[in-house]
Amino acid sequence: MKLRKNALVGIAVAATAVFGLAACGSNSNTGSAASGSAAAGGGITVYNAQHESLTKEWIDAFTAETGIKVTVRQGSDTEMSNQIIQEGEASPADVFLTENSPAMTQVENAGLFADVDKATVEQVPAEFRPSTGKWTGIAARSTVLVYDKNKISEDKLPKSMLDLANPEWKGKWAASPTGADFQAIVSALLELKGEAATDAWLAGMKENFKAYKGNSTAMKAVNAGEVDAALIYHYYYYGDQADTGENSNNVTPYYFKNQDPGAFLSVSGGGVLKSSKNAADAQAFLKFITGKQGQEILKNGTSFEYPVGSQVEANKALVPIKDLEAPTVDPAKLNSTQVTDLMTKAGLL
Amino acid sequence: MSTVSLLAVLIALFSLVPLGYVAYMTVATGWDTAVELIFRPRVGELLLNTVLLTVITVPLCLVLGAGGAWLVERTTLRGHRWWAVALAAPLAIPAFVNSYSWVSAIPSLAGIWSGVLIATLSYFPLVYIPAAAALGRLDPAIEQSAASLGLGPWAVFFRVVLPQLRIALTGGALLVSLHLLAEYGAFAMIRFDTFTTAIMVQFQSTFNGTAGNMLASVLVFLCLILLLAEVKSRGTARYARIGSGAPAKATRLPLRHYQLPAQLSLAAVTVLAFGVPVWFVLKWLIAGGVEVWAADEFMPALLQTLLYGAVGAAVTTVVAFPMAYLAVRRPSWFSKLLELSNYVTSSLPGIVVGLAFVTVSIRAVPGIYQTAGVLIAAYVLLFLPRALVNLRSGLAQAPKELDEAAQSLGKAPLTSFVRVTLRLTAPAAAGGAALVFLAIVNELTATLLLSPNGTRTLATEFWSKSSEIDYTGAAPYALLMIVLSAPMTYLLFQQSKKVAGQ
Repeated sequence: MKLRKNALVGIAVAATAVFGLAACGSNSNTGSAASGSAAAGGGITVYNAQHESLTKEWIDAFTAETGIKVTVRQGSDTEMSNQIIQEGEASPADVFLTENSPAMTQVENAGLFADVDKATVEQVPAEFRPSTGKWTGIAARSTVLVYDKNKISEDKLPKSMLDLANPEWKGKWAASPTGADFQAIVSALLELKGEAATDAWLAGMKENFKAYKGNSTAMKAVNAGEVDAALIYHYYYYGDQADTGENSNNVTPYYFKNQDPGAFLSVSGGGVLKSSKNAADAQAFLKFITGKQGQEILKNGTSFEYPVGSQVEANKALVPIKDLEAPTVDPAKLNSTQVTDLMTKAGLL
Repeated sequence: MSTVSLLAVLIALFSLVPLGYVAYMTVATGWDTAVELIFRPRVGELLLNTVLLTVITVPLCLVLGAGGAWLVERTTLRGHRWWAVALAAPLAIPAFVNSYSWVSAIPSLAGIWSGVLIATLSYFPLVYIPAAAALGRLDPAIEQSAASLGLGPWAVFFRVVLPQLRIALTGGALLVSLHLLAEYGAFAMIRFDTFTTAIMVQFQSTFNGTAGNMLASVLVFLCLILLLAEVKSRGTARYARIGSGAPAKATRLPLRHYQLPAQLSLAAVTVLAFGVPVWFVLKWLIAGGVEVWAADEFMPALLQTLLYGAVGAAVTTVVAFPMAYLAVRRPSWFSKLLELSNYVTSSLPGIVVGLAFVTVSIRAVPGIYQTAGVLIAAYVLLFLPRALVNLRSGLAQAPKELDEAAQSLGKAPLTSFVRVTLRLTAPAAAGGAALVFLAIVNELTATLLLSPNGTRTLATEFWSKSSEIDYTGAAPYALLMIVLSAPMTYLLFQQSKKVAGQ
């Protein structure tokens, strides 16, 4: 029996060795594919909630220009803001990019952002960034109702986004309630009309709408005739039109305008984490994407989001920002936590 | 306590981390908040969806699985050798790839019936494989006795054959139900909400927020109920007998004019479960042309997947060893308890294990947060039983007397262990490792939550492309997952036959 025991010790040693090897294997693996964020000067890590393809365009141009390597972790807005808050000082992230501003505000309120470099701030007009200077707008997107012309005549279109909660819209419109995009629209509604009105609208929405996963899927459903209209952001339409149009040829975009909550223009944000060990490179990245070269990627690339900085014009295909008649909303006041709570309460999440 | 017991205890304790997390979070949330978040209409909707899905899909899988197995094993079905493989083949198609293909075929697919369709087609082989194995092993003598006592062929099937399949069928049904509870990608793609998809949605909105944790605790509760139900439904009947001798070759029931309907229905099942997914993956591949194979995205994802699969499979097999050893060489209530703790954990959905590991590593052990080690550890917990089952049967066939004989002939204990026991167990270990590898290649939810920065696998890359409805871009990843899974599925099929002694 004693002999056997020794043998077992042997297995234990072997097991530990394999564990050790496994650890080595996986370390070298992350080392090659992703430059670790811990090593200063070894590149930066971006927590990216923006579209992967857009950020990839930015990163490729940035790395070509500066030689700084960028590692991406992909997620969604409020998932990553909450993640960064939990990681706190130990966060591996150097830069945080979002699709919408509520998540930026959340990280800012937790006191985790460093000041954005002056040169970067100066590239972006005041309406597209918070007065605190803790983060900056990097792009913008407008709310839009895409609809099927054959099913809804122009005079039957809703005057306001709030009308979509009325009984006549039951079963007729789609949205992606789980996405940060839609939640940002709700946060604007909350800021503009208050909690009671938002609660009532969400209750009406739960009755009326059809849930899809993602804005592109919602638009595709309108295109395929599954549903009459969808409340999404503008660039899904223009992006698909510029591509094959196979998911948008039967839909028409409709802007609410008139400072309606449904005319909300959402600012995508970028910020540098206070805990970043590569702050200089991280600031350089933020400066690059809000600079002329970075913003021209928005104008000329495949994203069709609105540029916000360095006086770069929007893509010719888009309705100019000034014609959108968007309501004035202070991005710093958009509250994502309250929105998730309200939507959870309404049974949408 | 011996070293091996100590190791086994440590592993068992470690495997209780996810369960402990859910319990802790439920308590920490506080009674009032927990009640408010658990007893709300949304949870009711999810519960209804999940229960309906299970109640409809599981019987369908049982009918398809047991029926298919019976046709293949016990009737004069033409080409039954070929059909035997064809019915197991859908297992090589990950459920979310199946969903992707069906959505491209019928874009409006959504809701409960679509969920049932995808789930049944993806999971019925989980019933078919054990049922076929058990049928092949049945001694026809019992059936002959029944026939000689005056029962017709159908009565024999229902009163003699089916009861003997009970363990195989309840086991298969449990596996199917657990998959239904855990699946994320397949149901998210067809907009069918279950607990798992709802937890993922909460995760994307709040990271590890309270509402998500409470949904997870309801989900864990459902899993435990299933485990209990399976134990109960196994029944107490005794199936073994002493001196079974060498069973005669089973007689095959002549199908006669049922031959054509049988051929047609099997063909229909195969086309729906295997033909449709493969066809649409190929269709998108051709539509995408050469560009979709962009090497700078594709190769890293492939290499990462292979590496995680290989390392994960190796580690899981090594970790399973102490438990298998205890169970075979020193069976006791103690070893059974250890096994049970693992069994429970591995029945938990990947999303729960992912949530637990993210939170525990971020709060308690920040040093390992977002490292490959955490992801590997999650794989180990999720897939341990696959290695364990194989290792057990392998070890059981390696008598310890051989080991002792080697020692009496002068070999040192370690040498004799390595050269006798380990060598005899190696094929079984390899089989188990292959199954774990297959599972890791297709794993989505835990990988999404736990992968280190910059790490992409075939599954996550496929998911990110198909979520942006870039169906052509997703196709190469789908094809590769199928290609990697195919040999493993065949291996699993062969193995089930071997256990059955064929």
